[in-house]
Amino acid sequence: MNNSVESRDTSNPLLVVQEVNKSFGGLTALSRVSLQIQSNEIFGLIGPNGAGKTTLFNIITGLYSADGGEVNLAGQALLRCKPHVIVQHGLARTFQNIRLFANMTALENVMVGRHVRTHRGVVGAIMRNTSTRKEESAIRAQALQLLDEVDLATAAEHLAKHLSYGDQRRLEIARALATEPKLLALDEPAAGMNPSETLDLQQLLRKIRASGITILLIEHDMRLVMQLCDRIAVLDYGKKIAEGSPAHVQQHPLVIEAYLGGNLA
Amino acid sequence: MRPGLNKLQTGWHALQRDRRSVVITWLALGLILACLPFLTELSLGRSWVRILDFTLLYIMLALGLNIVVGYAGLLDLGYIAFYAVGAYLYALLASPQFGLHWPVWAILPLGALVAGVFGVLLGAPTLKLRGDYLAIVTLGFGEIVRIFLNNLNTPYNITNGPQGISQIDPIQIGGIDLHQTQHLLTLTIPSTHLYYYLFLIFTLLIIFVSIRLQDSRIGRAWIAIREDEVAASAMGINTRNIKLLAFAMGASFGGISGGLFAGFQGFISPESFTLFESIIVLCMIVLGGMGNIAGVILGAILLTIFPEALRYLGEWQQLLLGRVWVDPNDLRLLIFGLALVLSMIFHPAGLLPSTRRARELHARRSILAQEQDSLYEQQR
Ligand SMILES: Nc1ncnc2c1ncn2[C@@H]1O[C@H](COP(=O)(O)OP(=O)(O)OP(=O)(O)O)[C@@H](O)[C@H]1O
Ligand SMILES: [Mg+2]
Repeated sequence: MNNSVESRDTSNPLLVVQEVNKSFGGLTALSRVSLQIQSNEIFGLIGPNGAGKTTLFNIITGLYSADGGEVNLAGQALLRCKPHVIVQHGLARTFQNIRLFANMTALENVMVGRHVRTHRGVVGAIMRNTSTRKEESAIRAQALQLLDEVDLATAAEHLAKHLSYGDQRRLEIARALATEPKLLALDEPAAGMNPSETLDLQQLLRKIRASGITILLIEHDMRLVMQLCDRIAVLDYGKKIAEGSPAHVQQHPLVIEAYLGGNLA
Repeated sequence: MRPGLNKLQTGWHALQRDRRSVVITWLALGLILACLPFLTELSLGRSWVRILDFTLLYIMLALGLNIVVGYAGLLDLGYIAFYAVGAYLYALLASPQFGLHWPVWAILPLGALVAGVFGVLLGAPTLKLRGDYLAIVTLGFGEIVRIFLNNLNTPYNITNGPQGISQIDPIQIGGIDLHQTQHLLTLTIPSTHLYYYLFLIFTLLIIFVSIRLQDSRIGRAWIAIREDEVAASAMGINTRNIKLLAFAMGASFGGISGGLFAGFQGFISPESFTLFESIIVLCMIVLGGMGNIAGVILGAILLTIFPEALRYLGEWQQLLLGRVWVDPNDLRLLIFGLALVLSMIFHPAGLLPSTRRARELHARRSILAQEQDSLYEQQR
């Protein structure tokens, strides 16, 4: 905990990523990546295709194991934790290639998100006693509420696979929110959305942040990133090449070089 | 009277009428189920009541396997091993084999428990496997259990080997021996009928438990794992425990069914627990509609009754064609197989498909998702 000294006087980082390395065979996907995300900020993570953004997500959410380094969420070491334990600690995510429970309804998808904060087991399910019934109706009510917040209340009974692309992305967000995260990690939530959907998404993310949740956002839509994020880190070939305010990052020579020919506004 | 109130009242009447029709349907169903053995005996003969009894045993088995395959999406080809565990437990604790004669109410819960433990034993080493790999390992497990039962007669004779265990105590409930014909007022109730009623009670119980589990936090977790295991774990589901729970629950249904089978038959041997039996039970849930309780029950009924009905093929040939042209036994299996194939072609999701179809047998995921899965497995 050598960072506790510096964090106490200046700031209060929620997520600390320290010197994380990851390689796949000969390919170095992440090389000594460090980040600090402050409580209640919207932190952007950008970089060209294959830069290692999703790999970093997979490591902090426990899907991949890191080759070295440390990850802390509110002082809790996350590396070597199983994915479900990490969710318990308060980190939830969405996936770049949508991974909903395709043959469950939208409502059920969000209800599954409540699993980690609820407790009734087999005996309760069979007996359906008062405490189980209470918990079940609370799960349903909270899930409906979340669906409403992402504007999917009318689609509650639709199978997830029948929803439009944009709706599926928002459903993934609702499902992640159902786990009551401290930190919400979104992997390209605007991918495949049309401009008006992207605008709605921007409103939604602001609303989520206003409710006290910190957001880590991977996104290729630069307008969205620049308008929304408080701070941004840029990855290129597994290395962090810049970090700072949107204005700072936009003018950074290494970033301009990495995106040369790209669409960094 | 105000129009609003009026509308409310007509609504209330409609509801009452509705409720009445629901009650009537249930009453009729109950009456049919109660009279079924007598009607069957009158129309088809006593042997068909035995077939009814077996149908109920298979419904229980199919509902147990449905938890593992239908809900949790874990393709299990060794399921009959749990049936064997339940049956042998009953046979060992209630037969001259060890001179033990435990009562049925003690054996059945124990059978459910022991089978559940076996379920966990099977589940634990297979947690990282899916699809074909899981199927092969579970297939091996089922065979190992059968081979053990076949060989546990030396050096100590536990199972009596291939000869099996005979003279198993009949099921007795409150002093009523289900192997004896009973008399109730003017009614004479033969043994097959008594077992029918007992099995019916257990079947209804297992249906009830299945329904309750399906609409619960645990049931949703099972289905989530079936739909996408990586996403399920990333949503906070402890996939290891929840999968083991599915194995244990499914196995315990099998254990109960096996115990009832042993008491009913009075004799069991390893031959009753072959891979073919596992496959038939799997066929029942695939044919009926995986993950859908009504479908699974329908599948079990069809696949128990249909092969039996085909036994009459010889008689029909005699009747229609004047002589028996094709050996009815060959023809029977041929038609049975053909019917299964046709049904899968025309109803690939089962006769009564669940809205959420299982992934294991209908792999239709995007290449990307599969690629990520295999990557994920390498990483863990
Ligand atoms: N499981 C894996 N096995 C092997 N290589 C991998 C694996 N996951 C990622 N990679 C490689 O690591 C590098 C970083 O990939 P990653 O998916 O993290 O990039 P990204 O920044 O998310 O890109 P994009 O913007 O296209 O989503 C790529 O070269 C990729 O091919
Ligand atoms: Mg990516």
